[in-house]
Amino acid sequence: MKADIILAGVGGQGILSIAAVLGQAALADSLYLKQAEVHGMSQRGGDVQSNLRLSSSPIFSDLIPKGKADLIISLEPMEALRYLPWLSETGAIVTNSQPFINIASYPEMSEIEKEYSKIPNKVVIDAEAIAKEETGTIRTANMVILGAAAPFIDIEFSKIESAVRSIFERKGEEIVEMNIKALHAGYNKARK
Amino acid sequence: MEKQLLLGDEAIARAAIDAGISGVYAYPGTPSTEITEYIQHYSKAENKNIASKWATNEKTAMEEALGMSYVGKRALCCMKHVGMNVAADAFVNSAMTGVRGGLVVLAADDPSMHSSQNEQDSRFYGEFAMIPMCEPSNQQEAYDMTRYAFDLSEKFSIPVLLRITTRLAHSRAGVERKEEREQNSLSLPENSSNFILLPALARKRYKDLLNAQKDYEKSSLDSIYNIYLEGSDKSKGIIASGIAFNYLMENFPNGINYPILKISQYPLPTELFKKITEECDEVIVMEEGAPFIEQQLRGLLDNCLNIKGRIDGTLPRDGELNPDIVAKALGFSNQEGSQIPELVTPRPPAMCQGCGHIDMYNALTEVARKYANHRVFGDIGCYTLGALPPYRAIHSCVDMGASITMAKGASDGGLWPAIAVIGDSTFTHSGMTGLLDCVNSKSNVTIVISDNETTGMTGGQDSAGTGKIEEIVKGLGVEPDHIRVFEPLKKNMELMKQIIDEEINYNGVSVIIPRRECIQTLKRKKK
Repeated sequence: MKADIILAGVGGQGILSIAAVLGQAALADSLYLKQAEVHGMSQRGGDVQSNLRLSSSPIFSDLIPKGKADLIISLEPMEALRYLPWLSETGAIVTNSQPFINIASYPEMSEIEKEYSKIPNKVVIDAEAIAKEETGTIRTANMVILGAAAPFIDIEFSKIESAVRSIFERKGEEIVEMNIKALHAGYNKARK
Repeated sequence: MEKQLLLGDEAIARAAIDAGISGVYAYPGTPSTEITEYIQHYSKAENKNIASKWATNEKTAMEEALGMSYVGKRALCCMKHVGMNVAADAFVNSAMTGVRGGLVVLAADDPSMHSSQNEQDSRFYGEFAMIPMCEPSNQQEAYDMTRYAFDLSEKFSIPVLLRITTRLAHSRAGVERKEEREQNSLSLPENSSNFILLPALARKRYKDLLNAQKDYEKSSLDSIYNIYLEGSDKSKGIIASGIAFNYLMENFPNGINYPILKISQYPLPTELFKKITEECDEVIVMEEGAPFIEQQLRGLLDNCLNIKGRIDGTLPRDGELNPDIVAKALGFSNQEGSQIPELVTPRPPAMCQGCGHIDMYNALTEVARKYANHRVFGDIGCYTLGALPPYRAIHSCVDMGASITMAKGASDGGLWPAIAVIGDSTFTHSGMTGLLDCVNSKSNVTIVISDNETTGMTGGQDSAGTGKIEEIVKGLGVEPDHIRVFEPLKKNMELMKQIIDEEINYNGVSVIIPRRECIQTLKRKKK
């Protein structure tokens, strides 16, 4: 088993929670794992990414080579496109469709949609709307996206679910349930 | 023991606790901050008696660590690479005194300058001070080599430099722990002469240090972390240090036929370099940071060996390595994905919405605009982002504290208005001495200490001057009438502008203190 995943978004959107859940699930599955994060200056509203590598054999590089990523998971549509050089020919993008606009030069959505029409393997969903509908808050949008990405990762869904449980455990049962619900909503949406 | 998922920084922190440290001394700085944060958290959670309060700057941290070592206990001192410049006086001289309890100095370098103003390579400092260095290549080695570095330090009675770079600091992997070790007990030296660097005594110490070099090199030669992997294809040999080794191995998933020399401990073991250069037609040197090893191999005359690396352009001279750059140097072709669409625009970091620095800059730039020749000397912190649009509010950013002193120098040279903007934590780190210079020269400068009561850029660590800034400024001799405090808020805009204008027009040292808590730390407290 090997999964090289790029997590993309804007500082503060919650990509590190996705990484934490997948990391936990991978550990429970006795997989090798490396996960490079961005800390420091860029976290102040800049573009952030995390390279997450899972494998059944030892991993050397913390960074994914170009053209080798199996999956881009993004909380923001333009941010996913920033990592196209890393995506393999057979790779997929799972992204939130809602833009995060904190810069004046943000492109027109129609232009972004045009770029997505060229990408064969993708799931583009309005994670915020789904999160709002299912859990009453957009704060679980990252778990919706993780759910939507789950069919692309060779880890049993139930293991991802238990990982969500253990990562959010200390925040209380209500928060756990909300995140599980969001995870399922994303999963079901992607499988349709 | 079961594996734990740890950042490289956390692996070092965990190892330092397990190795039995009695103190960690540090000033926050990316990518080293998480080490001290981890120790602060876990020493409390595990009821360990470890001194871990943030230091005012890297020099005070280094000296406090040396004091801990003096009484026989182990200490870790952490900093980012540019912090080594601040700590350098204490650091270099700690090699002259030697140590008693194990003393490990951790320098986290930031090649590619993700969060820094330069990409200096701390290995030069280790060589300069003539002490052993460790450079782990992965998270497990970061854990193992931290313990090893403490042992080395106690074996040779010398500080050991542990050098990492951003990618290892901020990347997670499973790490296996070793058994915990007790802290050392208090013990005093019978004879303190090692620690009294009077010339006559220092000359003796220096000879001791010079004589010890061969022992350090022997230790490197025998080190289990410096590995010579034999290879049958001798058309090429590869030397890889630290995490460069990972990028190399990534490119050979099915094993490698070239001889490989992996370096993780310094000083460089000459014998192993002789072997690889003699048996291979050419040698590629891969290292994260400056061509530190490559330069030594080539020497000034650079005419005896077929060496490739960052100096001849086989690898880029600047920036961090990655598997693609290394693949190219090996002559492998990259199979890139599709190009980044043109519409993708940069998304630079920015000050948070609602940040007090923003209100301060809005007032300051509006007033300063009236004075055609005004210059605002900036400093290091979140407010450095005031250089970017829409603010474009500062004209310099050099090193910790340089805002005040550059404003003074420029004022000495005839500039008016000469304005400095510095944060509260940076002020206590390195701004106080410069302010005393201003007071003593009666300089015509306007100094803004933008006080958010935290060390913001690194994630909100305690700031040494919180609650004391006015007293410090007054104590340094600034006239009380020209210490002006206000809350930077939109509703106070007119008052803020008036105060700034008045102080620009005062011929002497003014200190303006806009004070409002960082909205990130405020948010965290409310949770």
